[in-house]
Amino acid sequence: MFFQHFTNGLTLGGIYALIALGYTMVYGILKFINFAHGDILMVGAYIGMFSFNFFRGDAPLGAWTFFSFVLAMIVSAAFCAFLGMFIERVAYKPLRHASRLAPLLSAIGVSFILSNGAAWLWGTQSKKFDYPFDNTPLMIGGVAITPHQILILVVSLILMVVLKLFVDRTRLGKAMRATSLDQDTALLMGINVNQVISLTFAIGSALAAIGGILIAFDYKCYPTLGMMTGLKAFVAAVAGGIGNITGAMLGGILLGLLETFGVAILGIPMGYKDTIAFAILILILLVKPEGLLGKREKEKV
Amino acid sequence: MSFFLLILIYTGIYALMAIGQNLITGYGGMLSLCQAGFYGIGAYATAILTVTFGWNFWATLPVAIGLSALFGLLIGLPTLRLNGDYLAIATLGFGEIVRNVLNNWVSLTNGPMGIQRIPMVEIFGFQINPYRKVAFAILVWVFVVALYFIFKRFAKCRLGRALMAISEDEIAAGSMGINVTIYKVVAFMLGASSAGLAGSFFAVYSLSVTPGSFQFMTSVLVLCMVVLGGMGNFKACILGAFIIQFISYLPQLLGVTNLVPAQAKQVFFGLILVVMMVWRPQGILGREKFTYVKKSAKGIQEG
Repeated sequence: MFFQHFTNGLTLGGIYALIALGYTMVYGILKFINFAHGDILMVGAYIGMFSFNFFRGDAPLGAWTFFSFVLAMIVSAAFCAFLGMFIERVAYKPLRHASRLAPLLSAIGVSFILSNGAAWLWGTQSKKFDYPFDNTPLMIGGVAITPHQILILVVSLILMVVLKLFVDRTRLGKAMRATSLDQDTALLMGINVNQVISLTFAIGSALAAIGGILIAFDYKCYPTLGMMTGLKAFVAAVAGGIGNITGAMLGGILLGLLETFGVAILGIPMGYKDTIAFAILILILLVKPEGLLGKREKEKV
Repeated sequence: MSFFLLILIYTGIYALMAIGQNLITGYGGMLSLCQAGFYGIGAYATAILTVTFGWNFWATLPVAIGLSALFGLLIGLPTLRLNGDYLAIATLGFGEIVRNVLNNWVSLTNGPMGIQRIPMVEIFGFQINPYRKVAFAILVWVFVVALYFIFKRFAKCRLGRALMAISEDEIAAGSMGINVTIYKVVAFMLGASSAGLAGSFFAVYSLSVTPGSFQFMTSVLVLCMVVLGGMGNFKACILGAFIIQFISYLPQLLGVTNLVPAQAKQVFFGLILVVMMVWRPQGILGREKFTYVKKSAKGIQEG
C-alpha cells in the first residue's frame, strides 16, 4: 500500500514540479510572483485539447493518435511560450522600474483576464479531455501504475533534466543565471537582458502548458483549473526555496507526496485536501522561510 | 430609482471593504488578496449567530469584526515578517481555504446550500428590511461615513505615518525605530475587520449566504476599486467602488444583459488593473498629499 501511495504522490508531484519551475525561474530573475502563471497552464490545457482533437480527427487509435498527441503538446507549448512572452512585454516590462506593488497588481489583472476570457470563449462548463490511449494499470511488484502516470513521470523527468542541463551547461543558461544574480552587471557584460527575460517567460510558460495537458486528463479542462494548481505549484516553489530550480523540482515532488499521504494515511477528508498545501506553506514560512535549498538573503541598506 | 438604490447599497458594502483594502494596500503597500475571505467570515458570523443561536444583529457586529481581525492576525503574523510577496500568495490561499471550509463544514455552515432566512435588522423597533431600500442605504452609508472618518484618522496618526514610511523603505523605517511587523499586522487586522463588517451587512441585506458569494473574484473587484480610484486616498476608493458597481450593473440598466456576459465585465476589470498600472498607477484621484500643516493654520499663515 505504501508504494502505491508513493507512486501516486510522485506523479502528482512531477506535475507540480513542472509548473513550479515557471514560478521559480521568473522569481529568480525578476523577483516577482507571476500570478498569471496558473492561468497560462489552463490555457495550455485547453489549447492542447483543441489541437489534439483537431489533429486526430476521426482516425482510429494507432500511431497517428500518438503522433497527434505529441504534435498537440508542441503546439500548446509553443502557443503558451508566445503568450507568456507577449504578457511579459505588454503587462510587466513597462513596470520593471516601478514600485514593487505595480507588477503584482498587473499580474493579477492578467490572471483575471485569462481566466475570465477562457470562460467567455469556451464556457464555464468543464470539458472532458480523456487520456487517449489504453489506460489499464500495469502491475509492477504489487503496485498498480497506469500508463498515464508513466507518461507523467517520463515527460516531467525528461523536461526537468533538459532544463537543468540547459541552465547549467549552455551559454544562454549562463546568461540567465547571470541576469538573475545581477541585472545591471549582466547588461554591462553584454548580455541582452530583455531577451533573457523573454526566454525565461517562454520556457516557464511552455513547461506550464505541458503540465496543464498532463493534469487535464485527471481534472478536465475548466477556466479556473489554473488557480488551485498554480497556487500549489507556488507552494512547491517556496518549499524548495524560491528562485532555485532544483529546489522547485524537489518541492513539487515533496508536495505531491505529502498531499497523497495526507489523504491516504492521515485520513484528512478529501474535501480538505486543498488545505494541506496551504498549511504546509504557513509552516514553511514560520520555520524556514528561505525554503529547503534557498539561501537566506540579508537585505542591506 | 430602486435600481439606483441597489447600486448605492452595494457600493456602500463594497466601499467598506475598499476602505480596509486601502489601508492595507494604499498606505501599507501590502498586497492582500482575501478581502472576500474576511467578508465571508463576517457574513457567516452574522448568519450563524442570528439563525442558529438567535442573537440580535447588532450583537453579531462586534463578533464579525473581531473574528475577521483575529483571522487577520493569524495570517498576518507568519507572513508579514517576510518579504511582501508572501502575503499576496498566503492571502490568496487563505481566501480559497475559507470558501473550502464554508463548503465542507456542513454541520456549522450547511455546506454549499448556505444559510437562509436570516432575520432582518431592527433599530428602535423599526424594521429595515431589504425592501425598504432607502432605509437600508442610509444604514449602510452611515457606517461607510463613520468608517471613512475613523480610517482617515488612523491614516493621519502615528499608524498611518509609520505605514507610509514602511511602504517607502522597510529597512530605513525599521532603523528609525518603527516596529515594522507590529504596524503591518495592525493595519492588516484593521483592513480585515472592515471586510468583516461589510460581510455582516451583506448577510442582512441578501438575507441568505452561500459560499459562492465569497469568491476570489470579489477580492479582485475590491482591489480594482482601490487601484482605479487611487491608492492612499479614502475618498478615491469610495469613488472607485461606485464606478465599479455602476459598470457591473450597467448592462442590466441598459437591458442588454444577453449581449454582455458576466465574464466580459470581468475581463474588463482585469484590463482596468493592467491599464491603470501601466499608464496611471496613481489612480483617478491620486494619492492624498500628506502634510503636517493643518488647513486652518495654513489659512492663517497665508493670510
